[in-house]
Amino acid sequence: MLKKLCQKMFGRSLWVYHANSGGCNGCDIEVLNVLTPYYDAERFGIKLVGSPRHADVMLCQGPAMRATGQALKRAYDAMPAPKLVFAIGSCACGGGIWFDSYSVLGPVEKVVPVNFYIPGCPPRPEAIIYGVAVALGLVDKKTAPVQFKQIELPIPRYHPGDLRGRDELVVYEKVEKV
Amino acid sequence: MSVLSKLKETIVCLKAGRVTLPYPAQARPVPERFRGRPIFDAAKCTGCGGCANNCPAREILVFDVCQEVRVLQYLGRRCTYCGRCADVCPEKAVTMSHEFENATNAIGDIQQRIELFMSTCQRCGRCFKEPTTLDQLKMKGYRFDDVAHERWVFRSKAYLESEPVVDDIKIEWD
Repeated sequence: MLKKLCQKMFGRSLWVYHANSGGCNGCDIEVLNVLTPYYDAERFGIKLVGSPRHADVMLCQGPAMRATGQALKRAYDAMPAPKLVFAIGSCACGGGIWFDSYSVLGPVEKVVPVNFYIPGCPPRPEAIIYGVAVALGLVDKKTAPVQFKQIELPIPRYHPGDLRGRDELVVYEKVEKV
Repeated sequence: MSVLSKLKETIVCLKAGRVTLPYPAQARPVPERFRGRPIFDAAKCTGCGGCANNCPAREILVFDVCQEVRVLQYLGRRCTYCGRCADVCPEKAVTMSHEFENATNAIGDIQQRIELFMSTCQRCGRCFKEPTTLDQLKMKGYRFDDVAHERWVFRSKAYLESEPVVDDIKIEWD
């Protein structure tokens, strides 16, 4: 559904705005690497523009920070209507390794809605091209959630709600049996 | 003179040929020691939780459902592929694969969840002997990470009402 819509809306060139809201510059360098002749993203019609008002796609790098979160939001609002947001790097996808720092609000999806995630620290230029190709519908995404269940038994559950504090100790008191 | 230099330049440019990689159409191999997405092998995992304790991004959650079942959940959102989980794993159940094409439209796609059956020790309630290399993994007693909200909780005290879980910072717009 989203793919079809993307193909229809973004059938021609994607103009890309490159927003760094407090990253370490690693992902910036990889994004600029994508635009070099070696990887040549311009064959997909991708072009870097300097203003969010000209852009179709915003590439977010770095977590949403306390200082830059609002600027990111304003840049997103300035973009014209059919717009995509890519979160590039683990900072933008999940808040980065300093996710619990005082100045980090969290992933960029806390501030702007994110359409595509490209994890990696930093992602390889190929990974970024792959993400763009997934967005354009050229290739299929490879990842799927993995779940492994070793056993399933009717065992009474422990629940953190049954934990009680007693001075310095935490005591597990089961209130009722399942 | 300038025409000659231009001609020279043209020759240099033509010599270089085509350098652009046909990437999405044709697979591109990674270097041998490249660290991609970690793969958790449920057959080898003993559920010691060392990976969860050593993850700098706190992306591996441990939840003890009951005495017998332990849930390990790798979220992978802010995983930096540092490889510490693979380093610390005593059973070599975590391997850093060469997968880097992890782009998705839903962040839940890179999750991995393992539910393990834990055998019981009559003394301590867990199935490990005392001072071994596993002792360095600092996993003692039970742990209740917040699997529902995908948050890492170190102390089980955080569930008490007097000490609430540190919530994510609320954004305050002007």
